[in-house]
Amino acid sequence: MSSSSRIDTSKVATTNGTTAATASKPGRAGSLASWADERLGLGTAMKKNLRKVFPDHWSFMLGEIALWSFVVLLLTGVFLTLWFNPSMGHVTYEGSYDQLRGIGMSESMASTLHISFDVRGGLLMRQMHHWAAMIFIASMMVHLLRVYFTGAHRKPRELNWVIGCLLLLLGTLEGFTGYSLPDDLLSGTGVRAADGFLKATPVVGTYMSFMLFGGEFPGEAVIPRLYIIHVLLIPGILLALIAAHMLLLVYHKHTQWPGPGRTEQNVVGFPMLPVYAAKAGGFFFMVFGVIAIMGGLLTINPVWKFGPYDPTKVTAGSQPDWYMGWPDGLLRIIPSNWETVLFGYTISWNVMIPILIVPPLMLVLLMLLPFIEGWITGDKREHHLLQRPRNAPTRTAVMVALMTFYGLAWAAGGNDIIAIKLDLSINQITYFMRVAIFLGPVLAFWITRRWCISLQRHDNEKLLHGYETGIITRSPDGQYSERHLPISGTAAYTLTARDRDEVLSVDGGRDAAGVPAPNSRSEKVRAKLSSWMFSHNVQKPTAGELEEAHHHAQHEAELQSGLDQPVDGHQFDDHRQRDADQVPLRDH
Amino acid sequence: MTNQTPPPDNADDGTPAEYAGSTAATTSSAAIDPHVSTHRAEPIPDPGLPEHTWRPTDVDPRAEKRAERQVAAMFGAAMLCSVLFVVAYFTFDIGDNWDTVAGLGASTVTLGLTLGMALLLIGIGIIHWARKLMSDHELVEMRHPAASPPEDREATVAALNAGLDESGIGRRPLIRNTMIGAVGFLGLPAVVALRDLAPGDVLDIDRLAHTIWEPGMRLVRDVVGTPILASEMEMGDLINAAPEALFPSEENGYPELHGVEEQVEKAKGAIIIVRMNPDDITPAEGREKWTVDGIICYSKICTHVGCPISLYERTTHHVLCPCHQSTFDLADSAKVVFGPAARPLPQLPLAVDEEGYLVAQSDFTEPIGASYWEREKHEQQLQD
Ligand code: HEM
Ligand code: FES
Repeated sequence: MSSSSRIDTSKVATTNGTTAATASKPGRAGSLASWADERLGLGTAMKKNLRKVFPDHWSFMLGEIALWSFVVLLLTGVFLTLWFNPSMGHVTYEGSYDQLRGIGMSESMASTLHISFDVRGGLLMRQMHHWAAMIFIASMMVHLLRVYFTGAHRKPRELNWVIGCLLLLLGTLEGFTGYSLPDDLLSGTGVRAADGFLKATPVVGTYMSFMLFGGEFPGEAVIPRLYIIHVLLIPGILLALIAAHMLLLVYHKHTQWPGPGRTEQNVVGFPMLPVYAAKAGGFFFMVFGVIAIMGGLLTINPVWKFGPYDPTKVTAGSQPDWYMGWPDGLLRIIPSNWETVLFGYTISWNVMIPILIVPPLMLVLLMLLPFIEGWITGDKREHHLLQRPRNAPTRTAVMVALMTFYGLAWAAGGNDIIAIKLDLSINQITYFMRVAIFLGPVLAFWITRRWCISLQRHDNEKLLHGYETGIITRSPDGQYSERHLPISGTAAYTLTARDRDEVLSVDGGRDAAGVPAPNSRSEKVRAKLSSWMFSHNVQKPTAGELEEAHHHAQHEAELQSGLDQPVDGHQFDDHRQRDADQVPLRDH
Repeated sequence: MTNQTPPPDNADDGTPAEYAGSTAATTSSAAIDPHVSTHRAEPIPDPGLPEHTWRPTDVDPRAEKRAERQVAAMFGAAMLCSVLFVVAYFTFDIGDNWDTVAGLGASTVTLGLTLGMALLLIGIGIIHWARKLMSDHELVEMRHPAASPPEDREATVAALNAGLDESGIGRRPLIRNTMIGAVGFLGLPAVVALRDLAPGDVLDIDRLAHTIWEPGMRLVRDVVGTPILASEMEMGDLINAAPEALFPSEENGYPELHGVEEQVEKAKGAIIIVRMNPDDITPAEGREKWTVDGIICYSKICTHVGCPISLYERTTHHVLCPCHQSTFDLADSAKVVFGPAARPLPQLPLAVDEEGYLVAQSDFTEPIGASYWEREKHEQQLQD
């Protein structure tokens, strides 16, 4: 870089003293790089990547939050391991916390109290660890939604989508195992429920439970086993998957929003070094800092208030961490007595459906979404420009339906809290939820799709007739009308920078490209789905429509300005100045 | 779209040709790959990248200096916060005074704030530096299809086939199949090696059918372990109780239980005892003699997934599990009246001993707690 030209290179050259390095640019960074390259040969790979271009948009930060909070989890987690003792051996607590002194508990609970009350910064680290876990999982979810709603899961990024779904699953399991470690009353209750889930598994369930607990519940094996899963097994897999996720991101290059000069063939943004590296690196410190402040100020999981686990005790309002809430909600709204005995064996539908069947099914569905969509559209092209959610109404509506399902199930997981807060009976809420969980998603799908389509129409209105200025004019014959003005050329281009949707039709190929008529039944299904997916969509105006609209608008404008006002309306906004020479809408 | 005058002062980052504002050719359709979606730029043609505009810090040396000082000030303040962290670490005690500030220890609060501010200031400083002082020229990079060039792919497939061919794996199915079998059979050691996760007869799942309750064992209060006189119980009372064997003493002669066994029996043996008007009780067939003057006893462990049930409403005789709100009617054999549970709470047959204390007539007559695959078999064994 030219900045190196400011550095006095003569010194480096004399101390270096070799002739081999002459080919490289002088400068301290340069000579370090040559030293490394002569041993590692990274030059070729780095040549492209150091200045690799990353596009900028606020929503691209969501994944970064997940990444950085994972790093914070690694750091704070390692700190906790220095004192945490994952043992279920029985001890009497003798630490600083008054109210529990003299009480019997497991060593893991006692060491958690020790970290909280007798290690300086220990409570801070515990709370940071727990907050980071929440932020990690929440940001993964929002990131996933961003990816889906903007169509970034399409080819060639389907596999990265699958990796992302696995990360979400593993993060959730990691959170559950971590939550169980302190062996307090709440976490123990969660572990006991997990035992019930294992036992509900057909054929092998009872044995699985005995294997996990090293015998009958609660045994004294489960915490050490969960511990090694929590600090080694899952973090290892997470780390590997995150690395794969990042490598694929670099290989595919980031998607970008359409706009002037931003096409499917290019990527426009800031170079990795220095701007992107600085922004991302700075953002790491910010995420870390926010988590530290949260850990310092906001109490989370005050295990000392719950007390040690006792299999005969329970607190009212027993709730898992929020990300486990939705299966818990499904568990709550299953009607009574759903259990059958078949050939003398017990099948617990009441646990299997909400825990062992629906959540894995939802995960598989989530992972398959890009493949299902790809099959329906028959689209084999690569996509690097993002779509606005409104421009894929069916896709957007599918996710909103899934979110509604999730949200209702999650709310059902808090039915006792809702009952208290709203002064309703738990029974009423549960009956409502049993119906809503089916109707809600359908309704959400329908509303969202309608909404998207009307937004598409609105976009076309803006393209054809301009935007509403809020200026009301009165014509000589006394009619009032609102002034519309053309939108800027940039905005108009950006609105039209999208594909026209193609519906596969049953009776003879594709609308635009002539694909042969569907021959098999699956092709017919596919054509139906394609029509379901696209046929309601509003397409962008054609050149002809645009032209006609502009002629019309110009005519109108002439009529109006000729009469009583020489104003074109741009006095009321700042469009004239900026677009004076490039508003294509006005010079027809 | 050409780049305008270079910035007067601090344009030290020699602008290469790929800078965004200076390339009009980015939208040219040269070398379009059929796999890449081509946005036909219609009906409005692509106006191309907008021009680059200079920031105040690019053109005004004073603004530049100011930004530089701001960044350095943030880094300086971050150092101060780190020092304050150390001060707080050694100043504030922890332990007993854990709730001195905002319900937390002063130590936790100050450590969190100083560490958090140090980190935040570094982060904001770096980002400020990037936004104000580093080049803000956007670059354009061309994309390439994810797939390798067809020649490469063909070469790879050819190499793969050559390798497979030379191995002879296709021509020697005997070797291929036995190899697959050999590797597959490694699954056996892998699975069997986990057998001792529950070693020896610890894996005996028939233990689930039994609890520590036995004929004549007293019911005792769960915390203190004192036996319960039937005459002591008031109408409407609910007592959380345990088997006396969990409180071994010289008097009762029960053997000392060690850690795991004690926890297991505690988890299985927990009960609730309630007293209600005997007329309110709907006697189930065969259980007419399981109660003592309206005193009736059930397992405390929910038959759903095993939480201890807790909330009792004496007017309705309903007991509610706080985990998923299964509700059981204690007056009617603890049948499920609401919620996801599928079976009534198991009932413990009661009697009184010669001193008037409540005792069990026997163990439960069915497995307690959550359902499991072999549950029905166990229940039949118990009832035979
Ligand atoms: C994605 C990653 C992770 C998540 C979601 C996660 C989540 C959690 C949660 C929710 C807890 C309960 C905290 C509490 O006491 O309130 C916990 C505890 C713990 N975690 Fe993690 N964790 C992660 C990674 C790690 C790593 C990498 C380590 C260590 C190498 C670690 C070590 C620990 C330890 C020792 C505890 C027990 C601390 C205590 O109870 O005081 N964690 N974890
Ligand atoms: S464990 Fe009691 S309702 Fe689920």
